[in-house]
Amino acid sequence: MSVTTTYRTDPRSGLQFESHAERLITANAVAAVVFLLIGGLLAIGVVLTRWPAVHWLEADTFYQVLTAHGIDMLIFWIIFFEVAVLYFCSSTLLRCRLATPRIAWLAFALMVIGAITNNVAVYQGGSSVMMTSYVPMMAAPSFYFGLILFAVGALIACFVFFGTLVVARRDRTYQGSVPLVTFGAVTAAIIAVFTIASGAIILIPTWLMSIGVVEKVDPLAYRMIWWAFGHSSQQINVAAHISIWYAVAAIAFGAKPMSERVSRGAFLLYILFLQLASAHHLLADPGLSTGWKVVNTSYFMYFAVLASMIHGLTIPGAMEVAQRKKGFNKGLFEWLRKAPWGNPVFSGVFISIVGFGFLGGISGVMMGTEQLNMIIHNTIYVPGHFHATVVVGTTLSFMALTYFLIPVLFKREMIAPGLAKIQPYLFGLSMYFFCLVMMGAGTLGVSRRHWDMAFNGSPLAYEWPGAAYLMMGLVGIAGVSAIVGGAIYIYVTVGSLLWGKRLESGQKSATFTPIPPTAPSAAVQSYGSIGFAAPGTFVLAMVFLVAFVLYYFINWKYLSQVWGLS
Amino acid sequence: MSAILPPSERLWWKHPLDRVEGTWIVIALIWCLIMFAMMVGWHIWGKQNLSTETYKTTPEKYTAKAQAFVEKYTVRTETADKTPVVAPPPGSDIYLIARLWSFWPILELENGKTYRLHLSSLDYNHGFSLQPANINIQIVPGYEHVVTITPNRSGQYSVVCNEYCGINHHTMVGRVYVK
Repeated sequence: MSVTTTYRTDPRSGLQFESHAERLITANAVAAVVFLLIGGLLAIGVVLTRWPAVHWLEADTFYQVLTAHGIDMLIFWIIFFEVAVLYFCSSTLLRCRLATPRIAWLAFALMVIGAITNNVAVYQGGSSVMMTSYVPMMAAPSFYFGLILFAVGALIACFVFFGTLVVARRDRTYQGSVPLVTFGAVTAAIIAVFTIASGAIILIPTWLMSIGVVEKVDPLAYRMIWWAFGHSSQQINVAAHISIWYAVAAIAFGAKPMSERVSRGAFLLYILFLQLASAHHLLADPGLSTGWKVVNTSYFMYFAVLASMIHGLTIPGAMEVAQRKKGFNKGLFEWLRKAPWGNPVFSGVFISIVGFGFLGGISGVMMGTEQLNMIIHNTIYVPGHFHATVVVGTTLSFMALTYFLIPVLFKREMIAPGLAKIQPYLFGLSMYFFCLVMMGAGTLGVSRRHWDMAFNGSPLAYEWPGAAYLMMGLVGIAGVSAIVGGAIYIYVTVGSLLWGKRLESGQKSATFTPIPPTAPSAAVQSYGSIGFAAPGTFVLAMVFLVAFVLYYFINWKYLSQVWGLS
Repeated sequence: MSAILPPSERLWWKHPLDRVEGTWIVIALIWCLIMFAMMVGWHIWGKQNLSTETYKTTPEKYTAKAQAFVEKYTVRTETADKTPVVAPPPGSDIYLIARLWSFWPILELENGKTYRLHLSSLDYNHGFSLQPANINIQIVPGYEHVVTITPNRSGQYSVVCNEYCGINHHTMVGRVYVK
């Protein structure tokens, strides 16, 4: 390769950044934050319109804003950041050069152009079709074309990541297996390839339909293949943010995975089964057999649920083991009490783990149960669920990682550390409450993607119970408070990049320093109790299980009271 | 040593399993199997299972069927649009049209009796959200979905469209009476 490069060893973390990779990680992370900012501004419109007492925007503007909010947040913010994570997990963690940096820049350019094209299409009006853009409702051709360009860019970025793994192997920058976090990133990238291919399979014909080349795309086939893209893209997030959880456990505590076999096995289950969870979007659809629904959403999906339950134990478990090793060994929970709660990198991730499990995970299984889906489908319970997974789970983890990256990658001292300290609590806990009241309103039947719950102008208007109005009012309040939390994140991040004190960048060298082999660890553990290395985490896991079981059967109770259906 | 470094043991799949993890995996797996059994068992013993009976249709064909049904069983009209209120006999096939932006006609059913409810859309995707019972079913154009329903409480119900279908989506509400 003619491209010359240098390697910088960061003096604060000891991580080694290759110059091309460093610039690409920076560019993708900055683009991500820009889209988070746009999506966050749009969230103000969504929240203040669904808050019944405020009901701010007109119907057409509301649907336009809601479409853009969904796409900017769920696709652009998250995938830009994920590309940064992929480059970090390959080039930085494996201490090698990034494969084909010029092609990586091409990928970045395609993603930026695609994202802007799509956004412009939505703001021009005439493309208020929601993120899902179900046919036969049509958007402007540039709406689909922008998404396709973005997807092609993201796909190229995945292959740059795979290429970088090959480079590391060939240059022998490490020995043995890749680190667990990189293994998780590989999982995310494999799922991403499947996801993006599904997106292309359905969006290309839909784009051709919008310009009149293809006559018809079957609405049911569209739903099935679109969800292989739409839901699987959220599974990329799961794999990515769980990798970040492991990374933060390692960074904040020096924690090592309790068992490499268990954690990697759980990632393998994701590769095999996680995408099949997208079938649960079709549980209330005509035309699919019971067998298809049960096999996909139960038999297969529960392997992915199992994997998530495993990660949910092993990550706090690894933290507990590391803390106990440091001497915080009293009782069940000293390790947790003495955790660095004032460090936003840790607090963000811990709030994310708990919220993702209790709120996002449990509600996700409810929706994914064939019969229970009937009392949930398309109610506001659904956004309640995915704000718990995508916002509490993914976005908050990405935010926490950013606080780590500001000094390490961007070489800036963080401005307003006091604000950064409270940000994960304000944002995370507001989102907890936001999701809970949304699910409450959804349990009462309130529809998602609906401009006016008073049905103004309808001759047969329905009157929602007062409790539904109360819940939606609380959604408004919690939403505003979460937006303030998001704004603090943007202020701290962007402010640090612009005005933060420059930090020393560390030694540069023309060659990489390989990762030294690590000494085998002692298997015998001398802490914990009753043979459990992490008894506190086990107790927390049992609390989770009890909540899960109770809530599961409460929903069956609700279901048993509705009309007979067969 | 840590998750961001290569594992010290070359063969990570031989890494020993901690007792916490082993116990938790067994518990979680059992719970997954219970949930699996619940989903299948409800098909056998439960009373709320979504029918999968579906036919391909076209707006013209479906409208003709619904029209014939309405002409046969209309008992009165309601609202300024003179929406027909249809009272079909128990056990019969009943038709509901979803279109921009209304459900047509209004249905009048008997409590505890079973009906074969046909659902289809003439244009976009719509949502059948029966309130306050809170039963939600997707309505997809080009497909006629036949759902067997048995109302279990008398009263006035609303059918709210809960799939976004354009600017007047919020006015798309239908009605079902159960006597």
